Amino acid sequence: MKGLYTWGGILAITFASVVGDVLLARAMKQVGDVGALWRKSGLIAVVRRTLGNPHFFFGVTAMAVAFFSLLFALSWGDVSLVGPAAASLTYIGNAVAAKIFLHERVDRRRWIAASLVAAGVALLAG
Amino acid sequence: MNFRKYLVLAGVTVFAAAGDAMLSHGMKQTGNISIHHLQSVILAVLNPWVAVGILLLLAFFTTYMTALSWADLTYVLPATSLGYVLLAFVARFLLHEHVSPLRWLGIALITGGVGFIAGGPALTEHPRVECSGATSPSFDSAQDKLLAKTRRDGAASEVES
Repeated sequence: MKGLYTWGGILAITFASVVGDVLLARAMKQVGDVGALWRKSGLIAVVRRTLGNPHFFFGVTAMAVAFFSLLFALSWGDVSLVGPAAASLTYIGNAVAAKIFLHERVDRRRWIAASLVAAGVALLAG
Repeated sequence: MNFRKYLVLAGVTVFAAAGDAMLSHGMKQTGNISIHHLQSVILAVLNPWVAVGILLLLAFFTTYMTALSWADLTYVLPATSLGYVLLAFVARFLLHEHVSPLRWLGIALITGGVGFIAGGPALTEHPRVECSGATSPSFDSAQDKLLAKTRRDGAASEVES
C-alpha cells in the first residue's frame, strides 16, 4: 500500500513538472528571443512581457504543485527512489508532451537523447 | 547557436547543480523541517548555504527561461542534464566520495545522450507557435524561417509601441 502511495506521488510529480515545463516553454516562445528583446527594448520590457504572460503564471503554479508533491512523496517513499524515478520519467514525459503540445520536431536523435538521459538518471540512484 | 547561447546553457547546468548541492549541504546543517514547525523554515533560510543555494536556483530559473526563449524544450532539457555528471565529479574528486560503477554507467549514458542532442538543431522553426494541428511538413524551408523571423520581429515591435 505504501508502494502504491509512493508511485502515485512519483506520477503526480512527473505530471505536474511536465505540465509546468511545457507551459513555461510555450510562454518563453511567445515572449521571443530574450537576448534580442533586451537589446531592442530593455530589461524591464523583458521582465514585464514574461511576468505578464498567462502561460508563465500557470507554468510556475504547476512547478509549485510539483514541488509540494515531491515533499509529500518523500514522506511516503525513499529519496533515492522518488528523486531519480520522477526526474527520469519527466525526461520521457517532456519529449512526448513537447511533440504533442509544442509541435517540436522530436526526431530519432532527440528520442535517443531523452531515453539515454532518462536511463542514466535512473541509474544514478544505484 | 552562438557562443553566448552556449554560455547560457552552461549557466543553466552549473547554477542548477551548484544550487542543489548548496541547498542540500545547508539543509543537512539545519536539520529536519516539519509541517507543524513552519518557523524552522525561516531559520533554514538564514543559513548562508541555503541562502546562496536559493540565489543560485533563481539564477538557474532565469537562465533556463532565457534558453527556452530560443531553444526547444526537448533540446534544453537533455543538454543541461550534464549537471548530474558535474555533481558526480564534484562528489568524487572534491568531496572524495565513493561513486559506484553503476553510477559511472549512468553518467556515461547521460553524456552520450547530451552528445546525441548537441549535433542537431536547437530550435524547430514554426510559422506560428500557437497553431494547433496544422503544422507544415517541411519546417526547414526558407519560407517558414522567414515567417518565423517576421513573427519574432513583429512581436518585438509590439512591445516597443
